[in-house]
Amino acid sequence: MLKMPEPLAETLARRAEIVAALRAIVPGEGTIDSETGRRAYECDGLTAYRALPLAVVLPETRAQIVDILRACHRMGVRVVPRGAGTSLSGGALPLEDAVLLGLGKFQRILDIDLENRCVVAEPGVTNLAITHAVQDRGFYYAPDPSSQIACTIGGNVAENSGGVHCLKYGLTTNNVIGIEMVTIEGEVIRLGGKHYDAGGLDLLGAMVGSEGLLGVVTEVTVRILPKPPCARALLLGFASVRDASETVAAVIGAGIIPGGMEMMDRPATKAAEDFVHAGYPLDADAVLIVELDGCGPEVDHLADRVQSIAETHHATSCRVSQSEQERLLFWAGRKAAFPAVGRISPDYYCMDGTIPRRRLAEVLERMQQMEAEYGLRCANVFHAGDGNLHPLVLYDANVPGELDRAEEFGAAILRLCVEVGGVLTGEHGVGVEKRDLMGTMFSKTDLDQQMRLKCAFDPPGLLNPGKVFPELCRCAELGRVHVHGGKTRFPELERF
Amino acid sequence: MEQHDSKTEGVWGPRPQRGAGAEPLPAGGEPELAEIIATGAPIEIRAGGTKRPWGRPATGTILDISALRGILDYDPAELVLTARAATPLAEIESALAQAQQTLAFEPPDWRALLGTEGEPTLGGTIAVNASGPRRIRAGAARDHLLGFRAIDGTGQIWKAGGRVVKNVTGYDMSKLMAGAFGTLSLLTELSVRVLPRPETETTLLFEGETAAGATAAMTAALNTPHEISAAAWLPADIAARTKLAAATSLRLLRLEGPAQSVAYRAGALGGTQLDAATSQAIWRDIASVAPLLPPAGRCIWRLCTAPALAPALRDRVQATFEGAETFLDWGGGLLWASLPKQDAATALHALLHAFGGHATLIAASQQYRAGAVFQPRSAAQAALEARIKRGFDPGLVLNRFRMSEAW
Ligand SMILES: Cc1cc2nc3c(=O)[nH]c(=O)nc-3n(C[C@H](O)[C@H](O)[C@H](O)COP(=O)(O)OP(=O)(O)OC[C@H]3O[C@@H](n4cnc5c(N)ncnc54)[C@H](O)[C@@H]3O)c2cc1C
Repeated sequence: MLKMPEPLAETLARRAEIVAALRAIVPGEGTIDSETGRRAYECDGLTAYRALPLAVVLPETRAQIVDILRACHRMGVRVVPRGAGTSLSGGALPLEDAVLLGLGKFQRILDIDLENRCVVAEPGVTNLAITHAVQDRGFYYAPDPSSQIACTIGGNVAENSGGVHCLKYGLTTNNVIGIEMVTIEGEVIRLGGKHYDAGGLDLLGAMVGSEGLLGVVTEVTVRILPKPPCARALLLGFASVRDASETVAAVIGAGIIPGGMEMMDRPATKAAEDFVHAGYPLDADAVLIVELDGCGPEVDHLADRVQSIAETHHATSCRVSQSEQERLLFWAGRKAAFPAVGRISPDYYCMDGTIPRRRLAEVLERMQQMEAEYGLRCANVFHAGDGNLHPLVLYDANVPGELDRAEEFGAAILRLCVEVGGVLTGEHGVGVEKRDLMGTMFSKTDLDQQMRLKCAFDPPGLLNPGKVFPELCRCAELGRVHVHGGKTRFPELERF
Repeated sequence: MEQHDSKTEGVWGPRPQRGAGAEPLPAGGEPELAEIIATGAPIEIRAGGTKRPWGRPATGTILDISALRGILDYDPAELVLTARAATPLAEIESALAQAQQTLAFEPPDWRALLGTEGEPTLGGTIAVNASGPRRIRAGAARDHLLGFRAIDGTGQIWKAGGRVVKNVTGYDMSKLMAGAFGTLSLLTELSVRVLPRPETETTLLFEGETAAGATAAMTAALNTPHEISAAAWLPADIAARTKLAAATSLRLLRLEGPAQSVAYRAGALGGTQLDAATSQAIWRDIASVAPLLPPAGRCIWRLCTAPALAPALRDRVQATFEGAETFLDWGGGLLWASLPKQDAATALHALLHAFGGHATLIAASQQYRAGAVFQPRSAAQAALEARIKRGFDPGLVLNRFRMSEAW
């Protein structure tokens, strides 16, 4: 298990005073003090980690957010922002000495501007609610994390979330055009807007994916797109992962960027088929779902091409959706893959590395060997188009030692991703989960540079500490001494 | 317009090797540059030098990085290309063309606009976040930078991001570096996302519309699912100067993709169709702002506001600056303006502040570039930017004053 920073005794001792200060800003039920009330917020989607927050505050106006941050800044109290709490990396994990700032009450869509193809929303609006607000006019918001009915747009901005359509339509960062944020000092800053690009440094770009460490997002402007008039999916079975991977490379090599291109291995396919009966080929070692969207003639043309590419690469089965109903059925299994795996194992641990696609077959083979090594099974679902793997490590938390082994297995998978030229996380974020693995990808110097950005936004280091960086940041000490002979700087710094 | 002379100012840096290609740098390339930066004397980073007259003039000795050249890794199926910073764009585009791929943000060629010669480089293009007409569909240059190696203002070599298209490990430092004009770190190696080159293209022409009518029509077209990849409007006087030598104003919509798809969508949208070669040529000219050239004593501004506000913004610009010449790109989101009056900064920045957006001076003689080039930021944002600059470059060594008169 990962260690979180020691709670500051001094802050814990001042709990009553801090709660009173919050109550003065957000009276009544908006400030939660009772233990049972706080318990409801003790974890996010990474449920293995829990902590009781110092206090929970649920503001309803931007002015209250400003006052809360000012008060916390003045009192030197840590703050953990939270949207819907669906983070899979522990980004919204509370800290015992931190105020949990819930943005869930900010649920209004402020502006639907079809002329400029954008929507302005408060941070607590769910991802899907944005699409719902514009779909009757023929538009949608492209990034579609599987958690989209629950997760908030503020959380999406903080995590730079993706979905099955990112290969063609980009991640959150490519679809957010403006935000309003409040700094820990209580300064309100607007970045971007309804216009393209912005003058000055790209602080909007830096904020997206900053996991709640740089500022609190209080408003988001997203780009919306006209819904493609036609979409068809191909369900392809392969006798080997290698054939399926080569098909993916060949499709892209042929100049086709599908709306979605997803792969499942045999265990994931079996679990999904048992769950939704989508007609997945159970004899296949790998199943590919390739979705093509656009105008009818384009979709028909590309569907033919993908089919012939798949056949050249020895597809053992191929079905092209003939109706919207059938297309959705092909997707149903993929979309339900996580809960389906949840049915075959008491617990599972979802990983999120990205690799260069050409290493896919090799990585899957190595993962199979690791299953034996760690004595745990693993099912694989992934965004094949962009090489983003979601290995699901199956374990039983009630068996002593299995959680630890699952975590070790997961870490080994991520190290493997980095070893083959990939990265630790494609869309779920570092949070606490991958925090201590940051050193496998980045040197101390690299991480110091990232901390310099943190220090510019949050000099006292009060926002979401203990996340992303393997050591706490002390801005004053982030000096400019040159290191020689690889000696660690600041050996006295707290490590946890 | 190039006013600095490297001979009089002195040039530091490893000398470029002729035809160096992807061969290894002369021993100590990156470390050597780092050592120079670590001395703490202000330097101005220069690769191709083609965008040098854009931005505020930087202070410092020129550091020539043109030896940082060569494609390091390119596997078309991965949609990622890694190259050293000063690799000429032409070299990259030709490698991509062999695999029918391209840089989707359509880097514009601004040499004529800026009065420069030489070869635009990958690093320079990303560092100034320059994007062409396809920006409305494919995103900006900043959306395509996946990772990099760099040297900060104290001479430390560092890296961020990765060589895969999907990555959220740590802060997105790539966004911060793209568009920072080399003020935060010297980029030495970049990994960029590449995409298939469209199989074919056509442009649809619509004649005789006003700015307001054309903007409404561009909006209507962009709001269809027909995936328009560029949308511009040229008033009659500007349209007359293009290859099309039109006698009326022109609205242009570009469609790209497989032939049957382009034909189908063109049929749905109407207008007169241009063949692929003419279409390519006209968008190259729009990207490079050719219809407003040569600037001859005028200054050229890039004004960005919410696309639907374009006609109102244009009216204000035409009313405020007599003799202004303007045209619209990015579906109205970009108003190019050539003004006879040089000291327009205060008025334009106030105007864009009121409209919501930003005005950037792109081409002007040097005395005006020393003034306000970029849209002024709020006090809080300016303070934040200054802290970021000092974090990466406490001694203000890299491209000092290029982006801000304070740093
Ligand atoms: C079943 C399931 C499926 C999922 N599928 C996907 C998927 O397909 N793709 C994907 O990318 N992710 C997926 N996720 C992960 C998760 O849903 C996303 O990371 C999501 O963006 C988190 O949003 P949230 O509102 O729940 O944020 P939270 O979990 O509450 O917070 C996430 C992080 O954002 C910060 N934060 C939240 N709101 C703000 C704000 N307003 N200002 C500043 N910081 C803030 C928090 O401090 C925290 O660090 C999935 C999760 C689950 C449980």
